[in-house]
Amino acid sequence: MTVKQIVEILDAKVICGQDNLNHLLDIAFASDLMSDVLTLKDDNVLLITGLANMQTIRTAEMSDIHCIVFARNKKVSPEMEELARENNMVVLECRYSVFKTCGLLYQAGVSAIF
Amino acid sequence: MHFEYQIEGGNFTRAGFASSEIKKMMKQLNVDLGIIKRTVVATYEAEVNVVAHAYSGTIYVDFDEEKVVIKLVDEGPGIDDINQAMTEGYSTASSTVREMGFGAGMGLPNMKKNADDLQITSEVGKGTTVIITMFFAKSEQ
Repeated sequence: MTVKQIVEILDAKVICGQDNLNHLLDIAFASDLMSDVLTLKDDNVLLITGLANMQTIRTAEMSDIHCIVFARNKKVSPEMEELARENNMVVLECRYSVFKTCGLLYQAGVSAIF
Repeated sequence: MHFEYQIEGGNFTRAGFASSEIKKMMKQLNVDLGIIKRTVVATYEAEVNVVAHAYSGTIYVDFDEEKVVIKLVDEGPGIDDINQAMTEGYSTASSTVREMGFGAGMGLPNMKKNADDLQITSEVGKGTTVIITMFFAKSEQ
């Protein structure tokens, strides 16, 4: 699935990474605990989270995650956006809960890691 | 090649800066991507630990042809029982640290999983030293 399709399914707002909307993603992981994200071995994972701070972006950077959905209407700060841009990430804001975000993407064919 | 970075205790905005720099260097050196990821995940966990628990710290990074050695030396409360600290789920993190998405007692075990070699020494009331060694030749992990 392309990031563009994810944006449409979630009615999400693209904060940065407009140039990478054709990027393909097939697996996702949802967590507010960055320690759990840091244990993932898979690459090219979509991260769905309700934790909006600098460490979310840093964790994605270290984990080679290139696309993050901030659910529950969480807002991305200018500092977060800047760091995400430096790392060529796609960052999306979505007003749905994490549960609904995951449900919609799962229904559309995005797979779980485990 | 030798590099040093300062870490400020409690400054979560900057936590991860050194790990990010190390990642960029390793990419320039064309190190295998899987090894880079294991290196920076272990280093980042260690860096977050210094920010979360210590007053200040320094990261010493030494590259040679076959490996990188990353040594984090902090001035802080130290770890009383390292074996207990290595237990998954054991944490002494503050609520602030938990709000940042950490402090679930997974950092040290995850560092051990990712590092080729991990050495931790600590003196209560003085500080902790963590040494992460990563080899550039492909390992089985």
